[in-house]
Amino acid sequence: MINFVLLISRQGKVRLTKWYSPYSQKERTKVLRELSGVILTRGPKLCNFVEWRGYKVVYRRYASLYFCMCIDPEDNELEVLEIIHHFVEILDRYFGSVCELDLIFNFHKAYYVLDEILIAGELQESSKKTVARLIASQDSLVETAKEQASSISNMIAQATK
Amino acid sequence: MLYIYMLCYDVDFGHMEAISLISAPKYPEKQVGYIVTSSLLNENHDFLRMVINTVRNDIIGRNETFQCLALTRVGNIGGREFAESLAPDVQRLLISSSCRPLVRKKAGLCLLRLYRKNVDVVNIDGWSDRMAQLLDERDLGVLTSVMSLFIALVSNNTEAYWNCLPKCVKILERLARNQDVPQEYTYYGIPSPWLQVKTVRALQYFPTIEDPNTRRSLFEVLQRILMGTDVVKYVNKNNASHAVMHLDPEKEMMSQCVALLGKFISVREPNIRYLGLENMTRMLLVADVQDIIKRHQAQIITSLKDPDISIRRRALDLLYAMCDITNAKDIAEELLQYLSTADFAMREELALKAAILAEKFAPDLSWYVDVNLQLIDKAGDFVSDDIWYRVVQFVTNNEDLQPYAAGKARDYLDKLALHETMVKVSAYILGEYSHLLARRPGCSPKEIFAIINDKLSTVSPPTIAILLSTYAEILMHTQPPDPELQEQVWAIFRKYESYIDVEIQQRAVEYFALSRKGAALVDISAEMPKFPERQSALLKKAEDTEVDSAEQSAIKLGSQQQMSNALVVTDQHPPSASVPVSQPGPVKVPSQNLEGSSPDQGMAKVNGTVDKIDTQPVPSADLLGDLLGPLAIEGPPGTTPSEEQNPISGYEASSNSTDALALSTITEESDSVQPIGNVADRFHALCLKDSGVPYEEDPYIQSHHGRLVLFMGNKNTSPFVSVRALILPPAHLKMELSMVPETIPPRAQVQWPLEVVNLRASRDVAVLDFSYKFGTIAVNIKLRLPAVLNKFLQPISVSAEEFFPQWKSLSGPPLKLQEVVRGVKPMPIPELANLFTNLQLAVTPGLDTNPNNLVASTTFFSDSTKAMLCLIRIETDPSDRTQLRLKELIKEYMISVPTASPVPTPSPAQLQRQPPPVGDPNDPGAMLAGLL
Repeated sequence: MINFVLLISRQGKVRLTKWYSPYSQKERTKVLRELSGVILTRGPKLCNFVEWRGYKVVYRRYASLYFCMCIDPEDNELEVLEIIHHFVEILDRYFGSVCELDLIFNFHKAYYVLDEILIAGELQESSKKTVARLIASQDSLVETAKEQASSISNMIAQATK
Repeated sequence: MLYIYMLCYDVDFGHMEAISLISAPKYPEKQVGYIVTSSLLNENHDFLRMVINTVRNDIIGRNETFQCLALTRVGNIGGREFAESLAPDVQRLLISSSCRPLVRKKAGLCLLRLYRKNVDVVNIDGWSDRMAQLLDERDLGVLTSVMSLFIALVSNNTEAYWNCLPKCVKILERLARNQDVPQEYTYYGIPSPWLQVKTVRALQYFPTIEDPNTRRSLFEVLQRILMGTDVVKYVNKNNASHAVMHLDPEKEMMSQCVALLGKFISVREPNIRYLGLENMTRMLLVADVQDIIKRHQAQIITSLKDPDISIRRRALDLLYAMCDITNAKDIAEELLQYLSTADFAMREELALKAAILAEKFAPDLSWYVDVNLQLIDKAGDFVSDDIWYRVVQFVTNNEDLQPYAAGKARDYLDKLALHETMVKVSAYILGEYSHLLARRPGCSPKEIFAIINDKLSTVSPPTIAILLSTYAEILMHTQPPDPELQEQVWAIFRKYESYIDVEIQQRAVEYFALSRKGAALVDISAEMPKFPERQSALLKKAEDTEVDSAEQSAIKLGSQQQMSNALVVTDQHPPSASVPVSQPGPVKVPSQNLEGSSPDQGMAKVNGTVDKIDTQPVPSADLLGDLLGPLAIEGPPGTTPSEEQNPISGYEASSNSTDALALSTITEESDSVQPIGNVADRFHALCLKDSGVPYEEDPYIQSHHGRLVLFMGNKNTSPFVSVRALILPPAHLKMELSMVPETIPPRAQVQWPLEVVNLRASRDVAVLDFSYKFGTIAVNIKLRLPAVLNKFLQPISVSAEEFFPQWKSLSGPPLKLQEVVRGVKPMPIPELANLFTNLQLAVTPGLDTNPNNLVASTTFFSDSTKAMLCLIRIETDPSDRTQLRLKELIKEYMISVPTASPVPTPSPAQLQRQPPPVGDPNDPGAMLAGLL
């Protein structure tokens, strides 16, 4: 099972965190600090797995972003590595060649996507199309709600004039 | 706000807002609410309790999107309370056919989460059928989720889900052979790799399949996966090894796998190398493939030099796991070589592993010593103390090895830059055994002394202490004495007499005094007795390679034992004048001596009565340190001459009662009554321990000789006069009391050693009749001495091979005795075991397969029988905790279950072949009963 997912930038800035096991706020900060120290210092030619406190951290670097997932020692590392890739591909498809800025400004979208892929630390959906469809439908829901809201407020605004 | 949070600011203020958003009716608001709560809060947060109801409404509501949101949210942060209140609803969603797959897959994972939080939510009986149905699912998304849930269920309870097994195989078949998968689920040409991995993993949990049909198809599929795996497509490859893990009787498949793994570890891609190594290690655990893997040994050793620490670690693990007698030598050498280049993070682990391997598979002892000395030489900083203790212990126990080790140690000392640990080992070994080398060139005592002395200036205090002992030893072994050497050594001793470290100072002073006495020195620093054969702490550790911390504690245990032994030589003191050699005087041991058992050992050594020492360290460690501390400094608190033992850690406890005593002396009335009340309690406590807060003795009982020191303190300002003490020993104990001083001066303390010899087994208790006059008031006290049967026991542990023949060889009473005791106060097994340990019975866990039984063994010493082995077995009936069956063997002395009546059994003297007396056996049990 995946215990948490982190996105860390090359400079050690945290871009996204998702915790599937209970960690207190203090522990979270500590984990972040420790792991970014470990992972960011590793060279490019090394393997994508790091053993850390009895867990394994699988990470992968995409441009300036590190995607890290922490798994139990008996889990399959490659599987997780592919989940990371899967996630990135979906993000890529959704944003249209995703970059760090996309994740910074639309971080909530990234969370939605992640929620569609992983629940409770397990893979939920392995089809890119399905995920894309779901996210799109969510977006459209939000859009319509917004339109309604704005139209109502417009009406109110007009009515009160 | 989430953004603020991600930048690590505190956003407590917003939690409430987020929660109210959840209950908002509109989708965007709800969505934001859920997302914020699920990433900000963790499952134990109080706020979450407030939203359970809202969440529940969403889940059972009609709106699909709301259902999704709620399920996601619960799946990600649902806690125990959620599990209790929501599980049935989630289950319904999962199995309902009216929902869209989208909702159902979320429900599946959500249920998994809830299941993890609270195992009871999934009721096993009904679920195995439903699971089987669910596994028929066509939609791969749902199937993936269900499989995750399935894995969790199966890992907890394989039995219940047997009927799902064929389904799993079918899924695999469908994926791998028929490629019956919608296009969108194919990932780089592989049909849903994740599902494959999960399925194979689920299969792992089942034992080998019996149904031949299923089995055949499974093999086929696995074969296909295996073959289809080429080095580039990674996902699958790991599948394969996972698969093989759980199988496989098929030898052929195994070797195929290993061959494949061999390929993995030789490719350049680091990920694959890592996996190859890891899976090989796993396979070693499962199956008998060592030979095949050995072919790759060279490759693995190369991996040890990989730039990536993750890979190096794996390689090390693998090497460690694959090591056996045939390749131990190579591997250990390889490790040693590597040690000098390895990076710091790994050295300690490496050193430890090398040491364990060396010990486990040593083809001969000198090789073992070689390896370990090299190890210490190369990785001094990273070699924990236990490793060198173990070396010393090993050398001490093997006489043939001693000259060799001493020679080696001598060679190492010639090196210029030497690690301190090395100095310690060498000095110790040379101190003990250098005389064995005396005839070799360059090894005369003087030369050795010179070499060692070179190092003296550069080492830290603990090492200096060891060096000082070494000097004393060298001096002693030099026969006839060499005045020049003596002068040199004395000069050093004198120099350290004023050293700042108490330990060193003390040693210096003592050795100086000792060495002047000449002859006495010989006795004291005679060679170390052999260490008891016990399982090496290192080996113990080896069994437990997973958890580092556990290892550490195991080591600690071992090291304490060893250390206590090691200190004996150095801590020995000249017997005080009045006491003959056989009876070491009041223990005047360096107060720094932390290991409780050393006095016992030291005493035994001087006594010369015991040829083999196997005292286990007394559980309470710093007996002696405390002994000296409070007594010397504060004096005994009691005014009454109740015997003051060295109060151990429970000093306060005793001072409570003694406060009362102090008061009563002022009124000068009824002292005698009060102490007895206290003492009775303490007596029981002392029966259990060697060093409780009992009424102040310190019984050191070694085999059948025991020694008690009674401390009598007078806190008052006027002396006690006409002190008389009389011991009324029961028939089975012979007691020798040294002179009792007539008076105890004010504010002073008198020690009163007393020797006890156990003639035979008995349950009677010695009574001390003690009287004195204080002013005009005469006081008379009768005290029971804690010289009871179990004090003459020494726990020994017996292995299963030894135990059962012994047990069977004894038939019937009087040698064997069985008794069923009813109406006993129930007592849990661990507590019982604890009690036994306190009674000096070695509990041997795991010897009896029934966890409700307890097996213990011990050795009983008495004058007439010498050592006798006693075996005890206690059977309890879990359904009726009040019933106990005691079986006990070879030897009387029954045991100790509260209110268990004693079972006297005279028995054959196991070791000495002397018929034991049929004396009335002692009953610590009864006393204990009182106690408990």
